[in-house]
Amino acid sequence: MRGMSMGLQLAGLRISRGGAALVQLEAHVRPGEVLSVMGPSGVGKSTLLAAIMGTLAPGFTMTGQVRLDGRDITALPPEARRVGILYQEELLFPHLSVGGNLAFALPRSVRGRAARRARVAAALAEIGLQGAEARDPATLSGGQKARVALMRMLLAEPRALLLDEPFSRLDAALRAQVRAVVFDRARAKGLPVLLVTHDAADAQAAGGDVVHLT
Amino acid sequence: MRALRAAPGLTLALMLGPVAAGLIGTLAPALGVFPALGGTRLSLAPFAALAAWPGLGRAVFLSLFTGVAATLISLGIVTLFAAGWQGTRAMAGIERALAPLLAVPHAAAAFGLAFLIAPSGWIARALSPWATGWTRPADLLIVQDPWGLAMVAGLVIKEVPFVLLMLLAALPQARPGPRLRIARALGYGRVTGWLKAVFPAVYAQIRLPVYAVLAYSMSVVDVAIILGPNTPPPLAVQVVRWMSDPDLSLRFQAAAGAVVQLALVAIALAGWRLGEIAIGTLGRRWAEGGARRHGEGAARGAGLALAGLAAGAVVAGLAGLGLWSVAGLWGFPEALPDTVSLKSWARHGPALIAPARETLLIAGAATALALALVLACLEAEHRFGLTPGARSLWLLYLPLVVPQVAFLPGVQTLALMGGADMGRGAVILGHLVFVLPYVFLTLAAPWRAWDARHATVAAALGAGPGRVFWAVRMPMLLAPALGAMAVGLAVSVGQYLPTLLIGAGRVQTLTTEAVALASGGDRRLIGLTALAQTGASVVGFALALAVPRIVWRRRRGLCGA
Repeated sequence: MRGMSMGLQLAGLRISRGGAALVQLEAHVRPGEVLSVMGPSGVGKSTLLAAIMGTLAPGFTMTGQVRLDGRDITALPPEARRVGILYQEELLFPHLSVGGNLAFALPRSVRGRAARRARVAAALAEIGLQGAEARDPATLSGGQKARVALMRMLLAEPRALLLDEPFSRLDAALRAQVRAVVFDRARAKGLPVLLVTHDAADAQAAGGDVVHLT
Repeated sequence: MRALRAAPGLTLALMLGPVAAGLIGTLAPALGVFPALGGTRLSLAPFAALAAWPGLGRAVFLSLFTGVAATLISLGIVTLFAAGWQGTRAMAGIERALAPLLAVPHAAAAFGLAFLIAPSGWIARALSPWATGWTRPADLLIVQDPWGLAMVAGLVIKEVPFVLLMLLAALPQARPGPRLRIARALGYGRVTGWLKAVFPAVYAQIRLPVYAVLAYSMSVVDVAIILGPNTPPPLAVQVVRWMSDPDLSLRFQAAAGAVVQLALVAIALAGWRLGEIAIGTLGRRWAEGGARRHGEGAARGAGLALAGLAAGAVVAGLAGLGLWSVAGLWGFPEALPDTVSLKSWARHGPALIAPARETLLIAGAATALALALVLACLEAEHRFGLTPGARSLWLLYLPLVVPQVAFLPGVQTLALMGGADMGRGAVILGHLVFVLPYVFLTLAAPWRAWDARHATVAAALGAGPGRVFWAVRMPMLLAPALGAMAVGLAVSVGQYLPTLLIGAGRVQTLTTEAVALASGGDRRLIGLTALAQTGASVVGFALALAVPRIVWRRRRGLCGA
């Protein structure tokens, strides 16, 4: 029974502004699955993600429920939802080193400087950036930034992952590579993934169900 | 959380409360009500006394003339310069010089100008005796001339950088590049095309700062004491004289004068607004007339020359102040002193330490308060999704548009009635009224322009609002926050009237010390006091420039920007 409710559930989700409905969605993304949400720009894809994140701007009203692993998270603040997100830009914190960005994400339960440092070093090694702790994120290549951003999000141990057109800025060669890394990791961690895109190739590569917003 | 919600209200109260209370405190004695001085009944006697003062007509004229002239000339120079040079290297150069120019206090710039243009000043020395034939300073009233022309010049050299800064901040919203390209493709010259296609959109954005410049110029006191005429002076100066007179009965007519000053500014603003409408109509007709070019070369040359002259006068004036402060014997018409020594600094320097400390203490406290309030307001805006309307911008400009001399006497009067001891704390709160709007206006744009997705990412990583603010947003916005701090410090250091009137003459800062020297003739002492005042004003800008570069020297993402 419990297994049935694992993953990200959008139950009767309906977002409107000023009485006009913007987005309506009923979905259940199970762990390790990807749901691609497609549609032209301006159709409310970002609004949908904001609703799941808990960052909807005032003026929007939302009904329905967001459930994560069976738990209703609709009323929780963003930092307590354990929902991760990756944007088109990597949004690495420019004032922190590469290692600092990863340490920012590491839960407090990893105690002690040495232990935290070791976790960061291991995470960097995993993405082929061993020894890059002290580097300035601005000096990384596009592919490296994308991998650091992904690793940073995974270190925070989210229970679901949202992707907001995360590949559309990368050139074709890099794109396939980063796409593969993201989906592989998410599947390995058993994360439900909700991908928002306007690119059919992304949705196809994701391999899961596709919903079209209109 | 609850404290944060209260921040916008508290900020407005601290900013507008003193203005409102002060206006009431001014209006009451103007109508004869001032129980402590025996005024218990409404009467128009204060206005009658004011009307009986023979200098009134001239004082009113001077206020209107110098204020309107300084504003028109400043706006004209900035417009002409921007029209001719927007997007060029000359513009970028002047842009870089803006912050230091703005940091020079009005009083120091005015003294510097006086040292340039006085009959014994640098310009006369450079031309004497070979061109002028003067071997002694000519007996000409150039500084403190009866028409207030030197005062207008002194205001213009300080208002040009301010108006230009405001215009440059508003420019991107007018999308000047595409507009100008289209106008030029239609065959318009650079200057004519800019004036017809870009200026109307830009002016709509800088209207409030221009109103602030007009109100300020009409009622300025420190610049008027240094460069303006004396007998009679502009109305605001006379009000302050009456306020500082040992004969307390003069407070009534001082209050009446302050009310008249307020009315004058209101009338001038209304007149300016009518002028805007008239020029708008004429301008539309001119734009639709289709004339493509109007002396483009001459207009560009004039714009550059005038803007350069205004900036050059401030710089040369500072150089003059510096040279006088170290001059030994310096006879007329020598262009340079015979000897240079630090004797004046050694003799007068120690006496400046106490006012310098007071200046920095007041400026530091007022700026720290302002920065905390503004950050709380902006954070409340971000967390609660508040969207400030156009009206809040008007409220911000209110303390800058209501003349200081109209409400500060009222603050003093109320304190006198209430028996409050007006010391340093009250002066700090008085400075806060003027520091707050500038800090807010400086910080709001970069703060709001921050990509809020950084906050969403940080929240997704488990960071609560407090951690997002302190560990992500503040460090990323360190440079603009320090920039706003620098502006706040400079605004506070330059305040003359709030220190004088709220401090009841007992709080001495470098600015009150410098202005007090205007009537004396000790150029060495003036030079070093005005220079110390400038130093106190500039120190924040130096910090704002250096600190982010040092702290973020290994972070290209924050240094390059």
